[in-house]
Amino acid sequence: MHIQERHINLISLLIVLIGVSSMVFGVFRGETPVMFEKAINICLECIGIG
Amino acid sequence: MAKKINNNKNFRYSIQAFWALVTNSFLIGFVQGKIYQGKIKNVCVPGLNCYSCPGAIASCPIGSLQAVIGSYEFKWSFYVAGFLIFIGAIMGRFACGWLCPFGFIQELLYKIPFVNKIKTFKGDRAMRKLKYMFLVVFVILMPIFIVDIIGQGAPYFCKLICPAGTLEGGLPLVLMNKSLQETVGWLYAWKNLLLIITIIGSVIIYRPFCKYVCPLGAIYSLFNPISVFKYHVDKEKCNNCHACSNSCKMNVDLVKNPNDLECIRCGSCKTICPTHAIEYKCLQKTSKKD
Ligand code: SF4
Ligand code: SF4
Repeated sequence: MHIQERHINLISLLIVLIGVSSMVFGVFRGETPVMFEKAINICLECIGIG
Repeated sequence: MAKKINNNKNFRYSIQAFWALVTNSFLIGFVQGKIYQGKIKNVCVPGLNCYSCPGAIASCPIGSLQAVIGSYEFKWSFYVAGFLIFIGAIMGRFACGWLCPFGFIQELLYKIPFVNKIKTFKGDRAMRKLKYMFLVVFVILMPIFIVDIIGQGAPYFCKLICPAGTLEGGLPLVLMNKSLQETVGWLYAWKNLLLIITIIGSVIIYRPFCKYVCPLGAIYSLFNPISVFKYHVDKEKCNNCHACSNSCKMNVDLVKNPNDLECIRCGSCKTICPTHAIEYKCLQKTSKKD
């Protein structure tokens, strides 16, 4: 495997890891209840009323 | 060859239909005119699917991103951004080609016969950049900066633009709820106008919303060059017949750039290639299987 290809592989995997860590951090920061609250009530903006 | 192309198309349509059904499996919601309120709404889906659709069991990533960005306590969502980075880094715009219900709806509309289907036009490529503007302005900047007295910003993309919200949430909910019918006004009319334009546009142009407007497609597109799953063109096998670029409804020339930001990884070029020069790639390993 070329060194350049190995670098691309590492970058891809690193970004996957950044995504997962960011999600975990968001959960610990308490973002999900805000999102959940919006998602379980009819979003008036989405349907074109609010 | 024609049979192979059809099989490939039908396989993708069945995955898209299956996923759209899974995403919107709270079917009782369509009967009662209510939306699902269970725990799965803590999770986002990879495609664009309004969380106010009566059938939706999970959350729309673009709606959720704006909800958290616009909230007075958080001005950024690491959770949703992380989810989008994760999906993008794994598959890039494969999510658009295979797992987005609104993309699927547009494809079905494009199947409606119409004399003058437009494959491309002057300014087509330039207009594709518009989706990045919609992402930055309506999804990120406006919810952060245009706020009320308690610092709460509205989800401006949902509110002013998103035709998926109107089609999947607005129409069924308003049709089934008298109280909502009494509150509709100019905004509802505006959003229905945008929906009509999107529907007519989709009959004439392949996936116009995905090409020019969708902020989710804009995000995933940035990951096409670096995602784990990608396409690779074997230059030794390629005889430059252009069958792939001619078959591509997103107007991508994969031979020129296998990581083109517009490629939704639908696979029609791969199926049509007479020399099997187009291959899947997971990390740097290629799969020669067709
Ligand atoms: S561009 Fe947007 S609407 Fe189109 S398939 Fe991708 S996520 Fe779905
Ligand atoms: S380049 Fe191939 S996989 Fe990509 S959108 Fe076009 S036909 Fe589909």
